[in-house]
Amino acid sequence: MTGIIRRLSIALAAGLCAIATSAQAEDLVVSNWDGYMAPDAIEKFNEQSGNTAELVLHATNEEIMGKLIASKGKGYDVVFVSSPFAEVLHNLGLAEELDHSKLPNMSNLYEQAMMLEHDKGNTFSVPYAWGTTGLCYRSDLVEGEPDSWMDLLQPSEALMKKTTMLATDRWLLGAGQLAKGYSVNETDDAKMAEVKDLLIAAKKTLLAYDDTTFYSKLVSGEASLVHAWDGWCNYGIGENADIKYVVPKEGSDLWVDTMVIMKSSEHKDAAYAFVDYILGAETHRWAAENILYKVPNKAAMDGLDASLIESFPNMGMKPEQLMSYEQLRDVGEAQRAYARIVSEIKASN
Amino acid sequence: MADRSTQRLMLLIIAAVFAFLYLPISVLFALSFNEGGLPTAWTGFSVKWYGELLANNDILQAAFNTLIVAVASTIVATLLGTLLAIGVEIRRRNGRFLETIIFAPMIIPDIVLAIALLSFFSMLDVRMGLHTIIVSHVVFNLAFVCSVVRARLKTFDWSIVEASADLGATTVTTLRRIVIPVLTPAVVAGALLAFTLSVDEFIIAFFTAGAGRESITLPMQIFAMIRFGVTPEINALSTIVMTISVIALALSQRLNRGGIPGQ
Amino acid sequence: MADRRPIYLMSPALAWLTAFMVVPCLLILVLGFFRRGIYGGIEYTFTLENMALVFDPLYAGIFLKSAVIAGLAASIAVVIGYAAAYAIASMPARRQPILLFFAVLPFWSNYLVRTYAWIVLLNREGLIVALARYLGFEGELPSMLYTESAVVVGLVYNYLPFVILACYAPLSRLNTEIVEASRDLGASGWTTFRRITLPMTVPGIATGFVFVFVLSIGNFVTPALLGGGQFQMIGNLVYAQFLTANDWPFGAALSMVLIAIMMGLLTLQTFATERASGARRVEG
Repeated sequence: MTGIIRRLSIALAAGLCAIATSAQAEDLVVSNWDGYMAPDAIEKFNEQSGNTAELVLHATNEEIMGKLIASKGKGYDVVFVSSPFAEVLHNLGLAEELDHSKLPNMSNLYEQAMMLEHDKGNTFSVPYAWGTTGLCYRSDLVEGEPDSWMDLLQPSEALMKKTTMLATDRWLLGAGQLAKGYSVNETDDAKMAEVKDLLIAAKKTLLAYDDTTFYSKLVSGEASLVHAWDGWCNYGIGENADIKYVVPKEGSDLWVDTMVIMKSSEHKDAAYAFVDYILGAETHRWAAENILYKVPNKAAMDGLDASLIESFPNMGMKPEQLMSYEQLRDVGEAQRAYARIVSEIKASN
Repeated sequence: MADRSTQRLMLLIIAAVFAFLYLPISVLFALSFNEGGLPTAWTGFSVKWYGELLANNDILQAAFNTLIVAVASTIVATLLGTLLAIGVEIRRRNGRFLETIIFAPMIIPDIVLAIALLSFFSMLDVRMGLHTIIVSHVVFNLAFVCSVVRARLKTFDWSIVEASADLGATTVTTLRRIVIPVLTPAVVAGALLAFTLSVDEFIIAFFTAGAGRESITLPMQIFAMIRFGVTPEINALSTIVMTISVIALALSQRLNRGGIPGQ
Repeated sequence: MADRRPIYLMSPALAWLTAFMVVPCLLILVLGFFRRGIYGGIEYTFTLENMALVFDPLYAGIFLKSAVIAGLAASIAVVIGYAAAYAIASMPARRQPILLFFAVLPFWSNYLVRTYAWIVLLNREGLIVALARYLGFEGELPSMLYTESAVVVGLVYNYLPFVILACYAPLSRLNTEIVEASRDLGASGWTTFRRITLPMTVPGIATGFVFVFVLSIGNFVTPALLGGGQFQMIGNLVYAQFLTANDWPFGAALSMVLIAIMMGLLTLQTFATERASGARRVEG
């Protein structure tokens, strides 16, 4: 009996060693959210460039960040993350310093998209999509036209338990910060305490926190007014023309989803080629037309079908207008306080 | 053994519990045939989602990977977990430290185990893939198997084993003739539990998978697709998985007639 | 010599746990004594700050609240699961594996898929409400989804098969042997159950309870989807520290305290189990 076990253990150890020493995979690995680029984008890129890229999916910024930080980015070549997360990758030394000579299509971008606060001059990240956060609502179920964050945070009697808010901490706090007229990167304790109180009071009026399927709650009629990113609201508009999107008068944040090349990438040339391919007018326009997100690419947006803007008015928002909103930044040390406030809000009754 | 009314009560309990277990399953079964694909309205019977599913290589590949991970980790965990349970129960008096190690895999938050394993593997420069998911799933699966088997052994009378040894039986004979028959139902229950946990596990799989497509499991694929809600293809897949499982069971019953394990 | 055998039986599993759990987790948990760097990295200066923070009333409150929800789910699951396991064990022997199989079968679909099916059933425009309306019920029905009850139902549902499996293990061989003897000696069905069956199956009940409790308290999907994100379990909190706040030291400190508390509970459970089943064990 003991002999068998000993032999088994030796075999097991040998097997593990064999696994440990075998070679790394050779493919270019791109990680993105599901449905965030053309289904055949990778295939076309491989055909054109002779590379062997493959696409993997992540559900949230947080998950892919955890994985990149714990593994120092190993195995990944290009990742799609929102701008504050790109900033963290840069600060932790995981993001490649970009060589613009390898990205000729960068010239397709709006000049504003080269001056984004989180990364002026696009030194470590390239913007892929951008937009606003606001209110998405059923115009047939909501009386009047909501135009203030307070319409969400202190809803009318008719909207009680018919509203949802985003659950991801920065956007949840952002609604309160904007309603109070503060910066979306506010770190002053007293101001944040006011924001917290406002959001705790708002919680009692909510149907739920939801940052994935809020638009389907609107479609089904479960909710009438939801806190939403413009692109996702467009999914709802696509299914029900009574759904409308508005940026409240107090303003919005400017969110930017970016592409980052990992410093640890072993296929840097292919990674650059991929990012440049995405920035091509045709490829990037596909994203705008099919996933209904604004892209910061002038060449792509100029060719956009006018009827699309008619159906989805927020697609017509100009870069100047977007740039008037403040971007979310990595708040460094204050991130701890943010996490605590979010815990307090969610733990409140 | 039992009288008629007890028998009837038992059947009633089984029927009620199974109704509860299969209530949401009947919903997803119905939705997989809903032409419009939205859970909000029935727009007509259609098998088109099954067609879409069969054309979706990503989902099929992920389902296949999940099966490999679940089967492999269940086999290893059942073996290791059962031996561990026997050893622990023979010893009876185990230190707090040993008990902690055996119990820990169940209570360590999965995100901690996930990040710990990823950091560890990447420190040792281990190539990641399905095998690292399997290795990681064995960690918590063996603890669950061990618990189930121990629950059975707690009431097992070890003096029988000693008597057997006193009568000259070898360890192997004692194991085969006395311990194994008693343990089989618990081991089968433990293996089912391990398999079920592994099929559904997301966080640890996500972190210990390789970067490429070849090690994506079904929960990883489905979580990534969540922004579109649960698509009808996934409902179709669940329906197919359950149907195939039932067919496999029926076949094994036919092959195994009269020799069902544990009885 | 008698003591050597168990070591060989245990060593493969213990080696596995040491290599793939103890060592990696210690590397992470020890971070609980260091500081979070400004950008979310680790600053290697020793501090007890994180540990102290765990005992803040906010986090203690979240812990208690999630313990109550997990405890409720575990109790309900144990009652239903035990009854089901008992009923299955009372069926003819060749039917039992088939029934067990059908009890776990729904759980080979995906967690998210099942949870969404519950949403389809329970939401305000969902099937149960539609059915009630169809049957002539008028007026506003109380919201079933995004409540604590919905979270408990979701947890009970998803972990019920584990209780059935845990309780079935010790019940499986019981009925035929001792129970009949007890009956032959004239004991009533209820007395037999209370005096013989129940004590002998306490380890299974305890195991089932522990399964549901530990899996529930660490769960973060069900509170997010069925609870509408309005309830936090300890799982959500730990997850948020590691992934959202990128604060590994505090996440590690929380986890350490969680593990310590659970070990304390386990000691109590072992104690209770030993007392209940101790009578039937032979000393030595």
